[in-house]
Amino acid sequence: MAEPTSSQSQVIAPGHTFGTVTDQISAIVLTRKTSMGWYAGFSVALFFTLVLLVSLTNLVITGIGIWGNNIPVGWAFDITNFVWWIGIGHAGTLISAVLLLLKQSWRTSINRFAEAMTLFAVACAGIFPLFHTGRPWLAYWLFPYPNTMNIWRQFRSPLIWDVFAVSTYGTVSALFWFVGLIPDLATLRDRSQSKVGRFIYGLLAMGWRGSAHHWHQYETAYLLLAGLATPLVVSVHTVVSFDFAVSILPGWHTTIFPPYFVAGAIYSGFAMVMTLAIPIRAIYKLEDFITMRHLQNMAKVMLVTGLIVAYGYLTEAFIAWYSADKYEGFVPLNRLTGPYAVAYWSLILCNIIIPQLLWLKKVRLNVPLLFLISLIVNVGMWLERFVIIVTSLHRDFLPSSWGMYSPTIWDWSTFTGTIGLFLTLLFLFVRFLPMISIAEMRAMLPEAKVNE
Amino acid sequence: MNSELRRALSRGIAGSEERGQSSSPRTKDTFWRTLDEQAEDPAFQEHLYNEFPSEIEAITDPVARRSFLKLMGASIALAGVTACTKQPAEKIIPYVKQPEELIPGKPLFYATAMTLGGVATGLLVESHEGRPTKIEGNPLHPGSLGATDVFAQAAVLGLYDPDRAQTLTNVGDIRPWAAFIGAMRAALTAQQPLKGAGLRILTESVSSPTLAAQIRDVLARYPSAKWHQWDPASRDNARSGSQLAFGGEFIDTQYRFDQADVIVSLDADFLSGGPGALAYARQFAARRNPQDAERMNRLYALESMPSSTGAKADHRLALKPSQIEGAARAIMAALSGSAGADSGLGPAEGKWITALAKDLSAHRGRSLVIAGDQQPPAVHMLAHAINHDLGNEGKTVVYTQTVEAEPTNQVESLRALVADMTAGKVDVLLILGGNPVYTAPVDLAFSAALDKVQLRAHLSLYSDETSQRCQWQIPEAHFLESWSDTRAFDGTVSIVQPLIAPLYDGKSIHEVMATLGDRPERSAYEIVRDHWKIGKDDSAWRRWLHDGVMPNTAFAAKTVRFQPNLQPTTPRLEPGIEVSFRNDPSVLDGRFANNGWLQELPKPITRLTWDNAVLVSPATATRLQSRERPATTGGEHGNVISDVVDLKYRGRTVRGTMFTVAGHPDDCATVHLGYGRTRGGHLANGAGFNASSIRTSDALGFGGGAEIALTGQKASLACVQYHHLMEGRGMVRAVTREEYVKDPKSIREGDETPPKIITLYPDMPYEGYKWGMAIDINSCIGCNACVVGCQAENNIPVVGKDQVMRGREMHWLRIDTYYRGAVDNPETFFQPVPCMQCENAPCEVVCPVGATSHSQEGLNDMVYNRCVGTRYCSDNCPYKVRRFNFLLYQDWDTPSLKLGRNPDVTVRSRGVMEKCTYCVQRINAAKIDSEKGNRAVKDGEIKTACEQACPADAIVFGNLNDPSSRVSKLKAEVRNYELLGELNTRPRTTYLGVVRNVNPELGE
Repeated sequence: MAEPTSSQSQVIAPGHTFGTVTDQISAIVLTRKTSMGWYAGFSVALFFTLVLLVSLTNLVITGIGIWGNNIPVGWAFDITNFVWWIGIGHAGTLISAVLLLLKQSWRTSINRFAEAMTLFAVACAGIFPLFHTGRPWLAYWLFPYPNTMNIWRQFRSPLIWDVFAVSTYGTVSALFWFVGLIPDLATLRDRSQSKVGRFIYGLLAMGWRGSAHHWHQYETAYLLLAGLATPLVVSVHTVVSFDFAVSILPGWHTTIFPPYFVAGAIYSGFAMVMTLAIPIRAIYKLEDFITMRHLQNMAKVMLVTGLIVAYGYLTEAFIAWYSADKYEGFVPLNRLTGPYAVAYWSLILCNIIIPQLLWLKKVRLNVPLLFLISLIVNVGMWLERFVIIVTSLHRDFLPSSWGMYSPTIWDWSTFTGTIGLFLTLLFLFVRFLPMISIAEMRAMLPEAKVNE
Repeated sequence: MNSELRRALSRGIAGSEERGQSSSPRTKDTFWRTLDEQAEDPAFQEHLYNEFPSEIEAITDPVARRSFLKLMGASIALAGVTACTKQPAEKIIPYVKQPEELIPGKPLFYATAMTLGGVATGLLVESHEGRPTKIEGNPLHPGSLGATDVFAQAAVLGLYDPDRAQTLTNVGDIRPWAAFIGAMRAALTAQQPLKGAGLRILTESVSSPTLAAQIRDVLARYPSAKWHQWDPASRDNARSGSQLAFGGEFIDTQYRFDQADVIVSLDADFLSGGPGALAYARQFAARRNPQDAERMNRLYALESMPSSTGAKADHRLALKPSQIEGAARAIMAALSGSAGADSGLGPAEGKWITALAKDLSAHRGRSLVIAGDQQPPAVHMLAHAINHDLGNEGKTVVYTQTVEAEPTNQVESLRALVADMTAGKVDVLLILGGNPVYTAPVDLAFSAALDKVQLRAHLSLYSDETSQRCQWQIPEAHFLESWSDTRAFDGTVSIVQPLIAPLYDGKSIHEVMATLGDRPERSAYEIVRDHWKIGKDDSAWRRWLHDGVMPNTAFAAKTVRFQPNLQPTTPRLEPGIEVSFRNDPSVLDGRFANNGWLQELPKPITRLTWDNAVLVSPATATRLQSRERPATTGGEHGNVISDVVDLKYRGRTVRGTMFTVAGHPDDCATVHLGYGRTRGGHLANGAGFNASSIRTSDALGFGGGAEIALTGQKASLACVQYHHLMEGRGMVRAVTREEYVKDPKSIREGDETPPKIITLYPDMPYEGYKWGMAIDINSCIGCNACVVGCQAENNIPVVGKDQVMRGREMHWLRIDTYYRGAVDNPETFFQPVPCMQCENAPCEVVCPVGATSHSQEGLNDMVYNRCVGTRYCSDNCPYKVRRFNFLLYQDWDTPSLKLGRNPDVTVRSRGVMEKCTYCVQRINAAKIDSEKGNRAVKDGEIKTACEQACPADAIVFGNLNDPSSRVSKLKAEVRNYELLGELNTRPRTTYLGVVRNVNPELGE
């Protein structure tokens, strides 16, 4: 890098060499002393994981009745949390796969933990469709396994499509993440001082020696997986939105749902990446690798997807009016003025109004403010799913069946429990795996550029 | 205990004994060689006998604690092992002598009758291998005509109630029956010289000829003894009213609704309660068919608490209970053309009454005026007078002798008994049925007086509040367990025959009465047979039992001399809020308070469950600054949080929760009796408040001068429907008769049924049967019989108040209640909603495992054991008729409840969805029957449980492929419409719209 550029436009700070990059990133895992902060954070996260464990145990023993779900509100926190977590996962895949294919090299420093985040979010998401069933021990019936009774699944049901979409997504994400990790695992194997570390990292590195042949195979596999993962970014949340769009419930039965859900997913995913990246980069002093340019770019993506989501809200309301259907027309009215109006207005505030601050460069450069906005968007996107699910169900066609839903302590404990699980996995990840791709970061350095 | 466990336990004990000798006589040196030797140790024997040592001791003693833990460990380990062992062979022994006609798996039906308030409803009881499981009406019985009310439907659960009194006790000690007979002998011997001056018998209203003869026999033997009657559901006002009108004579009134063109109800809820209600509902509904518009009757209702009758009325006037008398006098005056005294009514009401009177006088001899049981005798007398004036006698009104064997003014009868008891004149009191300690008017201080009686015996189903104050508690045999006889509202006698031997050594009232006679050990069977003089040839007896009625026992019409005293004086009520006391529509006077089906049954109009409430009009609630609101839990469908109020009335106060009812008159409160029980059983105790605790003997119906004070506390009521507005969604279609006659299609205005071509899927052919249902909401009186009938037939669990508040009640069939018009007096509509069995069912396509699927006959079958419980089907059901087992609602443990379940219907467990099946078990039984006869199922051969229970014939089920079936004909009517048909669900259940026969003078 010949001339100094402002730090905002850089994807890696000046002055780094192959050695410093490797040292700095691998040190977090191998040499640096695990901080008290890590232990503290990990204990808190682990506590909430135990809360999840207790909640799910009680759920299986006692029944869905420990939650607040009822008739008419058959789905509530369970599916809200499911969609929220799945949505969060989307950013990881988008960053690693789509941006890779589009050769957006700035993605490099954030893709690893964005992918990890995807994986952990999918794990959290997967809990809900499984445990929200009345008889979770029979949930395997949703999978198309050969059955002696010759009973086949009901392929018209979007829940079956969900099973395929989510399981494919989980598998591809895991593969993609793991393949990307292999060169770095080899680095860790080579630099690890402990026998155990060498053994485990060595096992996971699958005999990587860094030969040109290896690199060639690796690049091909990585690209192919990126190609495989790319349609998933669109398909998973499209299928998830079908759970609602295919039903006949006003407020769910909407053709805008697939694109609107995908945009919403990317929106919430980027918000979550931001929520995680900002503290990590501060704690582990990774400002050199996760630069202001990254944060700015992510803020811009959030702004765009946020506007698409806002367009979705408007379209929903417009179509409800334009359809002249009394049931459809009632839905936005009920959301705006009904008993859950607070939730609706909060989501408008969180998802549409506050993120407009991102138009200002000053805001985009203000790290604490970005962190705050990303948190707000996370809350807003959760509220969006809650509003879609609960307000549509609680007042549907026949006023005689209208009812309210309120979460019980077990709804909250299950939800916070999954956040605990997510954070637990994340803490383990930053402690035991390189959270930034060493190999790819090295490729970003000027030294890597070969002049031909 | 099996042998392995025993050995393991002895090992555990042995180990501990070796270390700690304190509890054992053996010393350290004592060795033992075999386990058997060890087992002979007396200490060990004791251990073995107790199975486990006393935990408390064990834990305080460190050594024993260790052995206790060891024992527990061994038990747990071995419990796992034993789970793997083969089940022991337990041979089932088949009938050595197969009872005649009993084929396992095939139910038998027996006729019997249920008596309530002294009036019988004839029943047919379904019995599976000797266990009564389901009650239906007896079509041959005049008081049933095949229909039932909620109480009859729920009686099966009452029979199997685990809380029933199970043993004969004397001051809490279990005693044999002979001991009671001995006690009675002794008491009677003492009474002999006194001619029974100290003997009193307290019964409820008695219509049983045998029982009346038994009591009269005792009275003849002990001429100074007295027979008192007290039935809180008493019809004292009607009785006294007939005395006023007919010169002191007790007369029963029967109505002929089939002959009446104009009907006026003076606070009478004749459709849902009282003698003959089922027959009247049928007659009334039959005259509401708009296809025969000329024959449509017109109903005017003047009432306070909105009732089913008020909801069906073409015109309803909301009045305070005390204003009814004035209104009745105004009608009387308007009929005679005189100005009449000041009725205390406003000009709008005046106009209403003038129009009504005009209508009445245009229908002389074809009109009918009925006074409600809560109204004072004067109103009953006025009703008789108006009927007399209009020449309705012998046409729409028939007078007969009383159904009760010994009509009396019951509150005076009870007052006299209390006076005697207080004066110490009563030595022996037999309380046969009823619960007077709980139900007696509070000012009589019955229970205090009761304590002065030396020998008190109480016969009842439960060990209740009265049993607690009596030395002898005799468990009563349920009517399904005992022999008796009874009379219908028209006098027809039925023999009550048992369906099962008494579950808990219960005694029937006849057997208890027999203890006062010569032959105390006689069985009820002998007593009843002897009364009817059945000899060796009992063919007539068998015919009576088979038919459930005794032919030609209905009363002949009686010629009465009408001698009204038209100037009765009723005290003017004090200002303030009036309190009206009613029997609860679900638990009546509290006798059904421990019946889960009835407690959880949403009451008509209010749709409350598990509670009574201080019911007031919205305006009154506003004036009291009450802010009732649905909660976030359950909410509009579930939990309603309301103010707890103190209801102060005549120096007494009762605390209850207030609830608003649209159409309730202002400045008065209705409270239902039967709640606030203290010894009613697990379900009854603690529910609601005891309205009897402020009810006085001089104003059993209603009284003024009350005060309602907010306490500042809030309480939750479980209300299954708080939102009663239709929101312009046309769930109920209603027009006036004029509109209908002009253009019948007007009832379907705004209908949009999508064309059949807008689906990608090919049409189902539905060859063979195509089941469908039509529900005439013009006929439906909202009586709830179908709801309980469905619950009994389909093993539907009771979930409890907490779960209802969360919006999780399990009823497969619900009666939606909607309002139209002004909040102070709205039009009310009932709409029973079972599963619609849609042809394009939204539930079917979304189930991932195919647990709900379409049958060849068009049913949405629910496969319980395939259901994993995603609840997606319910989310996608626009009718929200699906019910989910959020928790384990079904009682799997109580043995007695297992007996009452329908063996043809799966008992569902936790985590599965369920819903109305159109009683698929009945469909299949009929199909099997028809296939055996190589014929098609005939129309009417299959009756769903709801259809069968319905007194108004509002529900009709049948084969839509048969154009001549009743259901096909109903669906061909122009009134037929689909609920939410615009969604293209193509529901199989359709509704027939409401046509109100509005008086053009009054308009809508």
